[in-house]
Amino acid sequence: MSETTRTPKPDSVYFFGTCLIDLIYPKAGVSAVQLLQREGVKVIYPQAQTCCGQPAWNSGYRDEARKVARAQIKLFSKPIPIVIPSGSCAGMMKTHYPELFKGEPDETEALGVANRVYELTEFLVDVLNVQLQDLGEPVDVAVHTSCSARREMGVADKIEQLLGQLSQVAVKEQAYKAECCGFGGTFAVKEPEISAAMVADKTQHIRATGATQLVSQDCGCLMNISGAFAYQAQHEGKPALKAQHIAEFLWERTSNPSPALPLSGKGVANSIPSNMSPPLTRGGREGFSA
Amino acid sequence: MSKARAAIFERLNAVERPVVEVSEREDFSVFAWDKAEKIRRFTERMQAVRAEVHQADRSNWLDKIAEICQQKGLTNLLLSLTTEWGQAISQNAARFPSLKHYERSIEDWKEELFYQADAGLTSTLGGIAETGTLMLWSSPDEPRTLSLVPPIHIAILDTDKLYTTFAEAVQEQGWLEQGLPTNALLISGPSRSADIAQVLAYGVHGPKELVVVLV
Amino acid sequence: MTTEFRIDVKKALGKSEVRAHFRKAMDTLMINRRNQFPDDAALQALRTQAQAIRANVLSKLPELLQQLETNLTKNGVQVHWAETTDEANQIVLAIMQKHGAKSIIKGKSMVSEEMGLNHFLEERGIEALESDLGEFIIQLDGETPSHIIMPAIHKSKEQISTLFHEKFPDIPYTDNVDELTASARRILRDKFYAAPVGLSGVNFAVAETGTLCLVENEGNGRMSTTIPPVHIAVTGIEKVVEKLSDIPPLLSILPRSATGQPITTYFNMISGPRKADEKDGPTEVHLVLLDNGRSRIYSDSELLATLRCIRCGACINHCPVYVRIGGHSYGTVYPGPIGTILEPQKSGLSVHGELIQASSLCGACGEVCPVRIPIPNIINRLRYDSVRKDSENTPTQDAGTKRKPLEAATWQAWSWAASTPSVYNFGGKTATQLRGLVPNNLGAWTSVRSAPKLAEQTLHQQLKALGVDHE
Repeated sequence: MSETTRTPKPDSVYFFGTCLIDLIYPKAGVSAVQLLQREGVKVIYPQAQTCCGQPAWNSGYRDEARKVARAQIKLFSKPIPIVIPSGSCAGMMKTHYPELFKGEPDETEALGVANRVYELTEFLVDVLNVQLQDLGEPVDVAVHTSCSARREMGVADKIEQLLGQLSQVAVKEQAYKAECCGFGGTFAVKEPEISAAMVADKTQHIRATGATQLVSQDCGCLMNISGAFAYQAQHEGKPALKAQHIAEFLWERTSNPSPALPLSGKGVANSIPSNMSPPLTRGGREGFSA
Repeated sequence: MSKARAAIFERLNAVERPVVEVSEREDFSVFAWDKAEKIRRFTERMQAVRAEVHQADRSNWLDKIAEICQQKGLTNLLLSLTTEWGQAISQNAARFPSLKHYERSIEDWKEELFYQADAGLTSTLGGIAETGTLMLWSSPDEPRTLSLVPPIHIAILDTDKLYTTFAEAVQEQGWLEQGLPTNALLISGPSRSADIAQVLAYGVHGPKELVVVLV
Repeated sequence: MTTEFRIDVKKALGKSEVRAHFRKAMDTLMINRRNQFPDDAALQALRTQAQAIRANVLSKLPELLQQLETNLTKNGVQVHWAETTDEANQIVLAIMQKHGAKSIIKGKSMVSEEMGLNHFLEERGIEALESDLGEFIIQLDGETPSHIIMPAIHKSKEQISTLFHEKFPDIPYTDNVDELTASARRILRDKFYAAPVGLSGVNFAVAETGTLCLVENEGNGRMSTTIPPVHIAVTGIEKVVEKLSDIPPLLSILPRSATGQPITTYFNMISGPRKADEKDGPTEVHLVLLDNGRSRIYSDSELLATLRCIRCGACINHCPVYVRIGGHSYGTVYPGPIGTILEPQKSGLSVHGELIQASSLCGACGEVCPVRIPIPNIINRLRYDSVRKDSENTPTQDAGTKRKPLEAATWQAWSWAASTPSVYNFGGKTATQLRGLVPNNLGAWTSVRSAPKLAEQTLHQQLKALGVDHE
């Protein structure tokens, strides 16, 4: 057990699934929800949620980003944690919503949301203190921590902490581990050559570890890196490497092979206890702070 | 050009000033190292950048410097006549290579200084243990070029004037109160460069060798 | 769009040897820096202190500049002000003409690069000679610096050896670094000996004492500011610091962040020309304070942080983009992350605005910045400036000019869809149903990656089906 005082475990949390997971990697989202529910936490997934607004924010379209962000803020009004299976979307909400809503009439609501945001692995480790039991076969895994998880959210070590609990999983550390994979949202489109050079190096370093699969907590990086893995397998005859969201990986290895999905049975909380105090101040934000 | 000045100030003054929290600015860096520890660290740092460090005391420092001169095959040694060290050396001139004194303005003997001086010897204002640094203040007695132009610089450091950090030295020696000289200098090794393919080379423009004698 | 920047980027990426060379060089610099800061808590405390010192300066910049001018003048240093690089060049020229000087020897100065001083003087028949070994090398080859502290970092030992032999046929060919260095020393000694004017940059100008501080390793900074009878220092107006006691912390963090040295070989603090009883040193010292857009940057509370920069180059050394494309691709005086934020602000978004896209916003730069400049935030802000409609609310030049109707319309449509759940969900559902129609060729994305596949069912649908509460 850690010596630091843990945030009390909440009865319920919001889940913000992110647009990328919604459309391309829903299994990661379902797995994340299942991981949370297994810990006895009721998960609330507002069906009206869409996107955190980051694509527009990073492209300079702040009004457009704010419009989208505003629509999200309204959906997460209860004083319970908001868990997000993405360092980058969590970083957007936690560190950039305060900038985006500065001086706006709903600034207080935006700050309220920002202060309750957790990246999934951070929440699993720091708040839920999950104890995982590995049911899978031995496997060598490489980890890619997204730049936003590492520097904006300050949760760089959480995936390794979770994997460390899995007896059959060996983490293989790649060279230039902390370097960006080259995704960067619109960067991959606006600077395709540089981005391509970066992901080529990233995949090469991962391959060099001998790991047979990669995990990450960000689907942007995964889309980039797994896309490159697949391309290299198809066009360059290199071995196909699996790339998975950490939630999916953890759920697969720690759940019964044919999960009964007691989705609404376990951990249902009908009301939010009034004495729950969401944590408001945490570390992180390095490299992005004002 | 006062037009430019006025325009710049007009723009700067038009701005609503950012409010700044300055409390963290005052942190003062100092270590609780005793004299032996200061000497140890100073020596370690200096040697790491290929400076020579010799230990001596009040009784044998002259011998040490004579030995260094001989070892390096110096034909001459440039120094000040007016410092305590310079005087003592001059009084024992026979034991040293030909002594040159920095008595005239540089213009009067620039060629000799540039192309014939083998080594310059200077006193120092003190040293910094943390970084392995000598502090020198230019003066009429010991001009700036004495430690710059000759290929070897021999510096004498009084170990009582060894401070843990630069911040401590500036404060303890009262640099602000004294007023700075035209040239205050920190020297932390011989001249060096890594500009060619990151390979370290010594003696690019300043002295190729730095020899520190701790007294 | 194929711009000069894009062409240069492609060219640079195509040179695998050069890329490997940069990677090795940046690795060394990163490792050296890391070794200088074994204690992270101490590093963070020092960064906070350095940030406070620089932020304090900016909070009282006009007063400190006035104090600096007063104290320098009292010390006998002549202070000049220049709004533009052309004015700064003219000031240098006028000083040289006053002394009938036909040549100038230079210590390393990025502001003089910013001024294009060498070119300016050479056009007027004045020889401007670089004396920093790296600068000397690239000047021989007619190049500009590719890094602000390691100007010749792009050149291999072999290239330099060949270059020396070409330019100095009398010197036998060698690829021995010590011998090459010794040759440069000999050549430049003679130049120092004869130079009528020396030029240097300034790392910190202390207002309290009227002192110009210079950080260097080679001794050419000392030579340039000591041997010639006239010393001209050029610097930006933001380089002032308030107190002498501000210097030790800055000196502690600058070389450690830059090259990973605990301290540079020389730290030169110049507080005036040679006094009557002194035997050497310049008889005249001038300081040229250059604005060149800095006061415009100063007027914005967010962009202002750009001016905290102490030019250590750590952001460059840690940048995954710089390491791959090198310094010259940027086409600017300052490359890498600091150049990415500084250059478009100095010369306007229509000149270097493209650079702000050349960042994945990974944050490695901000993480190592010794004065905690939030570089990614400023890049984001400049992206906003480049497409914003209220260009009058930012000092950035050419604000709004990068707003393209089609792109803007696309973001507006996206914004409408993503803020209207029914539209978003309908779109998401439809898209997944039509997933087979997503082309496998997605332009640049699929040149090195396979196209992503839409899921059969969205997360919205799946969680609904699983009975997850929605409120």
